[in-house]
Parts: sequence; structure tokens; C-alpha cells
Amino acid sequence: MRLAHPPDSDAILSVRQLGVRFGGQQILENINLDLYRQQVVTLIGPNGSGKSTLVKTLIGAVTPTSGQVTIAPQQRIGYVPQRLHLDPTLPMTVKRFINLPRRHPRRDVHKALEDAGAEALTHAAMSELSGGQFQRVLLARALLVKPDILILDEATQGLDHRGTAAFYQHIESVRHAYGCAVLMVSHDLHVVMRTADHVLCLNRVICCQGEPEHVASSPHYQALFGDQTAQTLALYRHHHQEAANVG
Amino acid sequence: MLDDFMWRALFAGVLVAMAAAPLGCFVVWRRMAYFGDATAHAAILGVALALLLNVSIFLGVLTVALVMAGCVSLLSGRGYAMDTLLGVMAHSALAVGLVAVSFLAGVRIDLNAYLFGDILAVGKSDLWIIGGGVALVLILLFWRWSSLLTATLSDELAHASGLHPRREQLVLTLALALVVAVALKVVGVLLIAALLIIPAATARPFCRTPEVMAMVAAGVAMLAVTAGLRAAYVMDTPTGPTIVTLAAVLFTLATVTTQSWRFLRQRIQ
Repeated sequence: MRLAHPPDSDAILSVRQLGVRFGGQQILENINLDLYRQQVVTLIGPNGSGKSTLVKTLIGAVTPTSGQVTIAPQQRIGYVPQRLHLDPTLPMTVKRFINLPRRHPRRDVHKALEDAGAEALTHAAMSELSGGQFQRVLLARALLVKPDILILDEATQGLDHRGTAAFYQHIESVRHAYGCAVLMVSHDLHVVMRTADHVLCLNRVICCQGEPEHVASSPHYQALFGDQTAQTLALYRHHHQEAANVG
Repeated sequence: MLDDFMWRALFAGVLVAMAAAPLGCFVVWRRMAYFGDATAHAAILGVALALLLNVSIFLGVLTVALVMAGCVSLLSGRGYAMDTLLGVMAHSALAVGLVAVSFLAGVRIDLNAYLFGDILAVGKSDLWIIGGGVALVLILLFWRWSSLLTATLSDELAHASGLHPRREQLVLTLALALVVAVALKVVGVLLIAALLIIPAATARPFCRTPEVMAMVAAGVAMLAVTAGLRAAYVMDTPTGPTIVTLAAVLFTLATVTTQSWRFLRQRIQ
């Protein structure tokens, strides 16, 4: 198959003309994206826009109907899923969970838990964790592979404001410590504005993309998310600039 | 020692328990109870076909159990709710199997032996087959253990770790067919699922990791087999159902003690 643009050789993850179709329904169409070293790319889009499907395609859980995903050789992917339902009949401690499917040296495990802010939970049962603790353990598990790319699928869903802020703080420090690129699906527009280098707005196709400010002012974006969120963003920018002026 | 039918029965029972209990943990964790039932019930069709074609019963049962498990795996996720699909398959397999057996005119078979097991009739050659089957199941489980666990936690996590959940499902399917084939003689098609599920369910409240649960379940299953054999001998009751009854008693004891312990602890605090 001839591709219009070949995968970018500088990118650590390249998607070209990706399409996914489920039972006659086109979920994703003509997706092109490049992820570069240490870049933070955020994926936003309304419910059912194909965000999760795109993430699942990147980790290999969904086979694309057309197009291709290219990952640079020897790049490790750490994946933090949206939510994980553990069957209550399955007994599982944090320590055991983190060592699946491969066991890691005790020192590495300790460091990953520490980096994710979950070092106190090593011996806890997974079923006793709060939502925020659970997500931090999932993050620690993703960090154990020493990822070059960290992929997060709405990792803060179900967390309150404080929990969400704390979780993203961890992501931010982890990103610098590990020097990894981050691709995340997020609904938390404040976070998007603050941390993302590049925003992709998805609705079956990529309807707009660019720097956060650029996307927020795009008519596509406003049509999808309505005025209210646009105002949220405007308000955020306003505060942000004021703070910058004061400082 | 193997010349004594009681010792042979005990060996066969303990061997089957060693394989059935850890596999049963996966059946419980993955909510495949009906899947086990459907595969086990299909075994009676395997018996009928084996008698008809004059091949070994073990082979007939293994083949049909594999086909059945394969069918269920293929059909899953194609529009039917899994429990409906399995409900249809489990009972149809049993009914068709019973009808097929009745066609075998001229062959006198003891249907009860296949429905409820005939552990006291285990011969030396049966023991070899059971031992081989059990060894194979345990090797499969040991080899794939971590991958199976990861795939059980989440398909996506497994994919992201470079595993193939479909392949792990296939491993479990194969192990299940093997356990059905070797457990037929011990508890019969109707009670194989009980030998898978009850020990695992009994072990659950006492365990913090999957590995411990598999081992405790194996212990529970071996205890049920040993005590069941003894009880059946003393009370002159059918052996297979007695073994399962003992397992049920252990489950009840475990549940009652852990629940009342939890209740008491809450009252004290």
C-alpha cells in the first residue's frame, strides 16, 4: 500500500491513514499522528469519538482495518488503562499485580511505586485500594518497563478534583524523570491547557489539532464541546495571563 | 499397592484434584463456570462416539470436549450473551449425548458410571492415562501461569505487554478438555464442574495471592477426594457424589467461619 506521507523517521510513534471499522461502523478514519521524544500529546473528543479505540489500536489490542502504526525499534510502551475491574474472586496484592506478567527486581519495583507515589501500598490488597490509589498502582506498573512512551486512557476517570490534580502532578514529574513521551486521553481541560504540547481533537477523524490555544479557538472544537467549555478555557487563559503578569 | 482398588481410586482422585483445582481457579476468576459445565456435559457425547467407533473413551471424550470448548470460544462475542449461549450448549450437549448413547443397541453400558463416575473401577492403565493428562495440564498451567493471569486481569493489559489473550484462552480451553477427560472416571460428567469450582470457591477467603489460592484449592480438593472415598466406603454411598458432597461441606464450613469471623470483628471494633 502506498502511503501519502511516509512515517516520520524522527517520531517514536507514527500513525498513517489509520482506519478502524467495527461491524459496518467506521470508528476511526484517516488518522495521522506523530509522537516525538518527550512530547506530551493529548487526545480530546466527545464520547464515542473513537479515543479509546485509537489508544487500543496503538497498544495492539485492536487491529486496524486500514493504515498502519509504526513504533520506532526498541521503544517500550507503558500503558495505563482507563479503569480496571478486578473480579472479587481473584485475590491480588499490589506487589503481585505489578510483577505481572514478568517479575522485576525488588529495587525496580520499589522505585516504580515510589515514582508513582504508591510506595506505601506495596503489600495492600488491590481490592482495598481507593480509586486514586488504584490509578497510581497502574501508573507504577506502567513505569516498571521504563517506558519511552507512556499511554494513558482517561486515567483519572472517577477521581475527584484533588485526586485528578495529584495524579497529573505525578505524571508531570514522571515525565521529566523518565524522559518519556506521553500520549493521553483526557477530559480535564485545565490539565490539557497546562501540560500538553500538542492537542488532537478527535471525532472519528482528527477534526482539529495544534497547540492548546489554537485548538480551543477552533470552530470545530467549539461545535463539539459547546460554548461552556470554550469559556472555561478562555477563563483559564485569562487567569494564566494575569498570574504571568503579576509574576 | 496399586493392586488394591482403593489405592488406585485414591491415586486417581488425588491426581485429578491436583489438576482440577488450579484450573478451577481460572474458571472462577474468569467467570467460566458454565463453560466448564458445557464442556463436561459434552463428554457424554464423546463416550457415545467412542463406543460407536470402538476407540478409547479417553480419546473420544477429549476430542468432543475440545470441539465443544472450541465452539463456545468461537461463538462467544457474536451477538449472544455468554451465559445464554452456554446454557443452551451445556444442556443440549448432555441431552444429545444421552440420546446418542441410547442408539448404541447391543452395547450394554452402565450409564450411571459415566454420569456420576466410577472411581472404584479405575484400572492400572486408567491410572497411567490420568497421570499423563494431569501432568500435561499442570505443565500447561505452570508454563503459561503469568500470561494467563495477566489475560485474566484485562485483555488490554495483556496486549500492551505483548501477549495474545486469544492464545491464553486457547491454553485454558485445552487444559479444560484434558481435565474433563481425566475426571470423567472420578466424578462423572454431571459433577466435573463441581470439582473445578467448589475447591476454588472454598479457598478464596483465605488467600491474598492467586498462587496461594491455587495451592489451597488443590489442598481442599485432595482432602475432599480422600475424605469422600473413605466416607463412601463406610456409608456405602456412591463415590463421586460423596466426594462432591464433602467438598460442599468444606465450602460451607469455610464460608460460615469466615463470615462469622468478619461479623464478630466488626462488632468488636
